[in-house]
Amino acid sequence: MTPKMPVSVQRWTPTSVAAIGVLIAIVVALAFAPFVLGANAIDKLITLYIYVIIAAMWNALAGYAGLVSVGQQAFFGLGAYAAIRLSNAGIEVYSALALGALAGGLISIPLSWFMLRLRDGEFAIGMWVVAVVAHLLVVQDKLINGETGTSLRALTAYAANDRRAYTYWMALGAMVLFLALIFVLLRSRLGASVQAIRDDEEAAAAVGVRVLRGKVIIFVLAATGAAAAGALWLATAISFQPATYFGVQWSAYMIFMALVGGLGTFEGPILGALLFFLVQDVFGEVGVWYLVGLGLVAIFFALFMPRGIWGTIEDRFGIRLMPVGYRLRLPDSVVLAAKTEEDAAAGS
Amino acid sequence: MGGEFAPAPAEEPILAGVGVVKRFGALVVLDKVDFAVASNEAIGIVGPNGAGKTTLLNVLSGASQPSQGTVRFRNIDVTNAGAAQHCRLGIARSHQIPRPFGGMTVFENTFVAATAGGNRKGRDAYERCIEALELCAMLGHANRRAETLGLLDRKRLELARALATDPVVLLLDEIGGGLTDGEAGQLVETIRELRRRGIAIVWIEHIVHVLLQVVERLVCLDGGRVIADGRPEAVMADPAVIGAYLGQGVA
Repeated sequence: MTPKMPVSVQRWTPTSVAAIGVLIAIVVALAFAPFVLGANAIDKLITLYIYVIIAAMWNALAGYAGLVSVGQQAFFGLGAYAAIRLSNAGIEVYSALALGALAGGLISIPLSWFMLRLRDGEFAIGMWVVAVVAHLLVVQDKLINGETGTSLRALTAYAANDRRAYTYWMALGAMVLFLALIFVLLRSRLGASVQAIRDDEEAAAAVGVRVLRGKVIIFVLAATGAAAAGALWLATAISFQPATYFGVQWSAYMIFMALVGGLGTFEGPILGALLFFLVQDVFGEVGVWYLVGLGLVAIFFALFMPRGIWGTIEDRFGIRLMPVGYRLRLPDSVVLAAKTEEDAAAGS
Repeated sequence: MGGEFAPAPAEEPILAGVGVVKRFGALVVLDKVDFAVASNEAIGIVGPNGAGKTTLLNVLSGASQPSQGTVRFRNIDVTNAGAAQHCRLGIARSHQIPRPFGGMTVFENTFVAATAGGNRKGRDAYERCIEALELCAMLGHANRRAETLGLLDRKRLELARALATDPVVLLLDEIGGGLTDGEAGQLVETIRELRRRGIAIVWIEHIVHVLLQVVERLVCLDGGRVIADGRPEAVMADPAVIGAYLGQGVA
């Protein structure tokens, strides 16, 4: 056997430590935005934070755990609906919004028992069915007035500027909380396990991974995130029209952001959300053709740049700002020997 | 051969299939197979295509459940425990066609195995992975995404990943297939090293001369039945075995 060599595992790099520092500084600066920026800018930032949450959550689900869903709008809508119901029951409105998000996550626990038996395409379509059924059920509730919808009236008790600032801080807090949760989760042993499940479920079980447990954890987390995003959307829009919240366009947005930014990278969906936000701002009024354009761009990325913008940058330059993986620091001689052996095998 | 690792027949089997029957519809793939491996024993499984070798391995590793019969590990019934639990108990396997986690690096592939199957944490897990990769000559590729590997390296990774789970028994499914003589020689060296560490080996392989460098017992399957079981030279000389390979009537 070869003698022991100096090998170590690297998780943080100087670049990534600096990146986290910059990120924290940005978040702290953003916390002061309501004192500086106008109403319009604050509303836009709230929208951006919601996009980041749904993109990052969909990426955790599909990009890391391999659970491609086109029905996450089910939780988006249920989060908002639960908030309305709770507020109507007399719970203070901001608590109702937070509890609404939790309720959306709670519903996903019994749902996971059924849905996670399905695989691949069956799961994707099954989740869409869940979203449609959730929509139909919510419309049955008299409080909602059918498709006409209702609004979170309790919010109007607050002055418009206060309300905007509270919602903004809630959105910023939720975004930071969910990003941090995913980051810690993906860096843990569970994070490595769910990626193994994504790549080959049987092989993962063969090395001891408890497949169902890993899937359930990610599924419930992603559902809670989507529900929180829905509750935040309600907090900023105030009105609740079921078709808007349970619409499949949310899935299209999530897929677009994760795919373009970089599926299966931590940073990608954040970048994707930022891009989508800018595109939405410029072309959002164009209507149907805008959606067609989004679809075409997503198809282009799926075919020609499957690792997305961030994944491609990562591959080409080896940059990792928010590392969730593991790098081995190896003596050059070891890497060189492996390369030489491989070249020799290819040549023979 | 086998002098270095004389079998210990009196020893309790650590992994055993008792009266294992596996049917797929009307097709009987395993027909009341009794099979046991003692700790630190190395057994080769041979037999023509379709004999049921891989199916037996699937049942022993928990990847599939027998239609009848039981699987026992250290005398505990693990028949329906499932693949993940088998692995956690110490039964690791390699697949005939390597199944790497393509989107993860080579190191991360072994890390999943060490943490899930081996139940190790942190530095302890890292060390286990580095050792397994070193043993399988994969350390130099540690940071590559597994989907970029060639067939030989995929096979090595398959073995390294199984080792990272800390197995007591290692089930190998044609891990030597398609290798050159030099590569097969390296593989034999690696597996001998595993035996020195006290890991029991069950190895399905068509290349018998490679197998015979490691195992001290040979089991021949044909048509889902054990047709010979014993010392390799005796099994290879058995008329039933020769018949199974060359067709009835030759023997």
